[in-house]
Formats: sequence, C-alpha cells, structure tokens
Amino acid sequence: MDLSPSGLSLPAPSRRGLLRGVGGAALLAGAGIPLLSACGGSGSSSDPKTVSLGSNSSDAVPKKAFAEIYAAFTKKSGIKVDVNTKDHNTFQEQINSYLQATPDDVFTWFAGYRMQFFAAKKLATPIDDVWQKIGGNFPDAMKQLSKGEDGKYYFVPLYTYPWALFYRKSVFKQHGYQVPTTWDQLVTLCKQMKKDGLVPIAFGDKDAWPAMGTFDQINFRLNGYDFHKSLMAGKEAWTDPKVKAVFDHWSELLPYHQDGFMGRTWQDAAQTLVSKKAGMYMLGSFVAQQFTNKADLDDLDFFAFPEINSQFGQDTVEAPTDGFMVSKAPKNHDGVTKLMEYLGTPEAEQIYLKADSSVVAASSKADTSSYTPLQKKAYDMISNAKSLTQFMDRDSRPDFTSTVMQPGLQKFLQNPKGVDSLLSSIERQKKTIFASS
Amino acid sequence: MSSETSTKTPEAAAVPPPGPAPVHKRVPQGHKRLLTRRDRITLGFMAGVPTLLHVALVWVTALASIALAFTTWDGIGFDSIKWVGLDNFKQLFTDNPQFWPAVEHNIIWFVVLIAIPTPLGLFLAVQLDKKIRFSRVYQTAFFLPVVVSLAVTGFVWQLIYNPDTGLINSLIGANKPGHYIDWIGNPHLNLWAVLIAASWRHTGYMMILYLAGLKGVDPSLREASSLDGANEWQTFKNVIFPTLRPTNTVVLVVTIIEALRAFDLVFVFNKGAQGTELLSILITNNIIGESSRIGYGSAIAVVLLVISLAVIIPYLIATFRKERRA
Repeated sequence: MDLSPSGLSLPAPSRRGLLRGVGGAALLAGAGIPLLSACGGSGSSSDPKTVSLGSNSSDAVPKKAFAEIYAAFTKKSGIKVDVNTKDHNTFQEQINSYLQATPDDVFTWFAGYRMQFFAAKKLATPIDDVWQKIGGNFPDAMKQLSKGEDGKYYFVPLYTYPWALFYRKSVFKQHGYQVPTTWDQLVTLCKQMKKDGLVPIAFGDKDAWPAMGTFDQINFRLNGYDFHKSLMAGKEAWTDPKVKAVFDHWSELLPYHQDGFMGRTWQDAAQTLVSKKAGMYMLGSFVAQQFTNKADLDDLDFFAFPEINSQFGQDTVEAPTDGFMVSKAPKNHDGVTKLMEYLGTPEAEQIYLKADSSVVAASSKADTSSYTPLQKKAYDMISNAKSLTQFMDRDSRPDFTSTVMQPGLQKFLQNPKGVDSLLSSIERQKKTIFASS
Repeated sequence: MSSETSTKTPEAAAVPPPGPAPVHKRVPQGHKRLLTRRDRITLGFMAGVPTLLHVALVWVTALASIALAFTTWDGIGFDSIKWVGLDNFKQLFTDNPQFWPAVEHNIIWFVVLIAIPTPLGLFLAVQLDKKIRFSRVYQTAFFLPVVVSLAVTGFVWQLIYNPDTGLINSLIGANKPGHYIDWIGNPHLNLWAVLIAASWRHTGYMMILYLAGLKGVDPSLREASSLDGANEWQTFKNVIFPTLRPTNTVVLVVTIIEALRAFDLVFVFNKGAQGTELLSILITNNIIGESSRIGYGSAIAVVLLVISLAVIIPYLIATFRKERRA
C-alpha cells in the first residue's frame, strides 16, 4: 500500500478507478471540442447537390410552409436543401456568433438595418447576380429594403405584413362608427367608444416591443418618413421638439389604451378584440393568428393609422419584411445562387402564403387571386405606400432598441409626465451607443 | 532524460546507485519510494485536470470579463475590441437609468429574503424537528418549491398574477377596466409580487438547512436546559440558536448569493421591466442576444463581482477567525 505525501492511504484499486475516471473526463473534454465546432453548420454542404440553410421558423405553420418551398425547389433543380431549424428567439440571440462560426450557406433574416449591419460587418455575401434575374419581380420599395449601405443587394424578401389599427366590422356597424382618417377623428372615436363601454384601444406591452409600433406610427405620420429614418439611424436628437411632439400626441391617446398593459402579452390583448370588448388594436397583421374562429376572422378588418400632418398624409406603411441572406463563405456557391433565385420568384411566395395567410407576398408579381379580403387589403396598402419602414428594432441598432428604447418606452407609458427627463436620458445613451463601432 | 526517469522508478531506487555521495541521495530516494511514477501521473491528473478546468472556466473568464469591462466590443471579430478606459463605468453610474434601481432591487431582495423567509424557515424547521406526525410529508411539501426549477416557479406565479386571467385578480374582481391591479407591470407592486414567489421558495430552502443544523444539536443540551427549568423559548434562544452558528453562516452566505444571482424568476416573470430591474438581468440584456454590448455588459458584471466580494469576503474572514479562536 502506497502512502500519499499527506499520509492518507490510497487503496490502489480506487486510485486506478480514479485514473480511469480522469482519463474518461479528458476524453470527454477532447470530444467536446469537435462537438462544439460542429454546432455551427453541417459539414455535408460541400456536396454540390446540397445547400444548407439555417432557419428561425420554428413555429409549426411557417416551418411546414418553408419545407414545402424547399421541396418544390429540390424537385425543380435537383439540389437538396439541408434545413437546420432553431427556435426563433434563440436564432436571433445567437446570430452574431452563428454568422462568425461556420454558418449554413443561406439563412433566414429580416430586411432593413438588421440586414445592413451584418452586410457591413462582412458576414454576408452580396447577391447582385441573383437580383439581375429576380429584380423584375419586386417593387422599388422592396429593392431598397434589400440593399446594404454599400448599394449592393444582400437580401431576398419573401413575405411582408403591415402594421395598422385592427377592428371588428360588426362592432363598428353596431355602434355606427366611422373609420377615422385624421387624428381628431381618432380621438373623438376613442371618446365615443369609452362612453359606449368599450376599451377603445387594446394594448399589452409585457414583451416591451408592441409600444415601439405605436411610436413608429405617430412619428412618421407627424414628422414624416425621412425624419423617422434618420432618427432611427441615430442622426437626429431625441431631445428635438419634433420627438417631444410625438410623445405629446401619444399622451393624448394613452388614456384610451387598455389598463394594466405592462403585465399583458399581445396575445391576451388580442383576445379582448376577439371577444369584442375592445374597439381597436394597433398591431401587425399577425394579430389574425389569434382569431381561430372563421366567423371572427372574417369579421376582422383594419385601417391605416390616421393622418396627423397633412404634409405626409398616410404615405408610410410599417411593413416588416422577412426573407433570406447568404452567409460570408457559402460552400456551394452555384447551388446557393439557384436557391436564392428560386426564393425570389412569385412561385415560392405563393407556396408559403398557402400555408400562412396572415402575411402577403413581397413580390408584386405574386398571384393575388387566392388572397383573403384581409390579405388583399394588406397587399394594396403596402404596394401603394410611398415608403416602407421595418419596425423600430429592425430600423435601428438592436443594442439601442433593446437596452434603451424598450425600457424607455415602458417608462413613458407608466409616467407620461416625465417625458422630458426621459428623452434627455435616451439621447445621452444613444450618443454613446451610436458612437461605438 | 532516460537516466532521470530510471532513477525515479522504484526498481532503480531499490538498487543503490553507483557513484559517490549515496548518503545525499538517500533522503529524496526514501521519499520517492512512496510515490511511484504511476502515483505521480495519477496525482498530476487529479490535481492538474481540476486546476486546469478551474483556471480556464473560472479565472480566465473572470479576468477576461474584467478586461473587457474597459473596452467596447460588439462580439464580431477580435479586431473590433476598442479600449475605452473607464467610459463604461462612467456611463453606467451617470447615464443608465436602470443601473441604480437594479442595485437597489438586489439589496431589497437580500433584505427581504433574510427578514421574512429565513426566520420562517427556521420556525418551520423547529416545528418539524419536534418529531410531529407526518413530519416527512410537511418537509416534502415545504421543500418542493426548491426542487422545482425557478423558471417553472416564475411561470406558475405569472399565471397567478396575470392581470386578466390570473388567480388573484379573478378572485378579487380586479380584472375589469378601471379596477386593474397590475401585479406584473406596476413598478410599485411587481418587485413585491415577485419577492413573494422568491420567499415562497426560499423558506423551504432555509427550512432544510436549519433542519439539518437542528439534527446536529446535542439532545443532552436540551435535556440540561429543561432540567435547569428553562421554558421552550428560553431553551431555543439561549441554548439551541447559539449552537446553530455554523448553520447561520451557511444561511447568510447562501442568502447573499441568492440575492445577488436572482435572475431566472424575474426573467420569466417580466424580463426585468421597470420596477424589477436586477444587475444580472442588465448583464444578460447587454451581452446576450443581438445587442452584444459586451464591454458594457462586462462592466456591470464587474460591479456585481465587486459587490459580491465586498459582502462575502469580510464576513467569511470574520467568521473563520472567530471559529479558529473558539
């Protein structure tokens, strides 16, 4: 029996066991490294007949719809699409490290600043060659959304959806309400709804992003698209009286919003519209997903946020657009080009829309005959818009919107009177964030 | 090399090596006989692997995040790391509207945990220590919240506090327009609402710690004090509680750690919205996800580290010094 220096006797068999354990641990640690590096993408994509694709569409309906598009592509071209689906939020949160490691050839992403950011960081490949083929399929507004800051194309849009004020036709008919087209009409309508025992505007801001939608609408109606865009890009001061005016308008409307919104999700807020307790709801057209009963869904309608400043009218529509990008070093370049060209066709969009009717095709060539009335209206609204915005967190730096604007807007909603100090605080934080990198 | 290893083998050591000064070598050889080469390798592994893992996973990462706290970095490529000195801290202390509330909430969290669930846990432990009937059932019931993941706890309590369909508002009729009690959103209420959930869990944790401590109390102490005519409260106050001092140390340290690392419950509850900001959530919001303000988030992490050290180190030093003296 051997003695260790401390004098403890170590029985040999157990020590050997320990040694084995240590060896095992070392083996595990060794095995962990290739495992980690394998997380990023699949190695099989050097095969010329396969294109790998990272997808964030983890919900059942879009996942199936996307799968149908890829199946149709494989049938047409003989190239297999190897899909790697991740949970929607996880995909978004890991996007930085994902794109730096060994990403899939193609990945799903959003148009606007969020796309341009990765393009500028050289984490995406320009696809001007693809756009030479598909350019004719898209309206100018979509082309603008697909370009990086360097003027090259980086993005192929698939579908889009508008933000607007949603309401029930039957409720408006029952009370004899008219769709408001100006700010004063909207305020009057809210007053009337309150008198009639309805919640004028359904609202839930637990997830912190819905409030950004309301800010966007009031800002581009009041100050115009150009100012909104430049404010989002950090080029205007948040202490500007124009921004203050946005919050003044919002304060006027706030008493007509649903109480207790800080603890309510958008889904719960949508339920008040479903149950006809609320008159209107300012949200994206995905609110329709909450209308599971066909009769309720047919009763759903929407109108554009009313005009505030006659100089701008209702010329801007907030229409977040989802689509595809190519990662920095795709392994199968030809296959990727073919896939992107296919994804930019009206055909691919129609396959998607068949499965998900809460959105509309990004292409102006897509067949609109199978659209529901709601989709038709959304399509008209978007295609007639002079300018399209994406949404605050897609038009601005994500670090700014998530760490400054989300808590900032929630603070405003709870204490609308403290807007002056809030805006100077936002401006100070904005300066440091936009100054870095 | 080969001659060196051969002297290290026990066989070689057993044979007296040729050459002068065998006396000088005898002492180290005698020591070597106890440690064969295999022993050395084994010990090397046993000490080396944990040390390596510890250094890599604890020290390197901690020091790296301290270094990053003085930079700005968006997490894309190492060449985008920029040295900014104390800027992150300056911004944090002067411009960040969430920072001071977060510090305050972490402190409130600790005070509440130590003031309510800890005595309550001690009380429960004392009751359960009396060998009452179904003691095991009660123990399990009170300990269950500790076993359940905090994320699940957060989810369950969120259902209770939901403004429209939650248990409380439905029972007291506070889910109608004009009567809303927004437990999750109202910044004057939500911290307390979430602390009730945290206390609910912490009570069970403290109960188990104290119960273990009480099992270690010598029964003869109790007997002696009752022979001396002390009543139950006097026995507890003057005899039992003082003997629980090691448990109290553990309880205090555990509670401080719980208060500083509070995260999951609030994150599930309302993602640390106004009223429930916590340092851990600020760190996560800044570092994880697309925002990737890694330098700035690291600065908050450093503040949290300093607070932890400032609280834990003096207390542990004092305690161990006292114990060594005793």
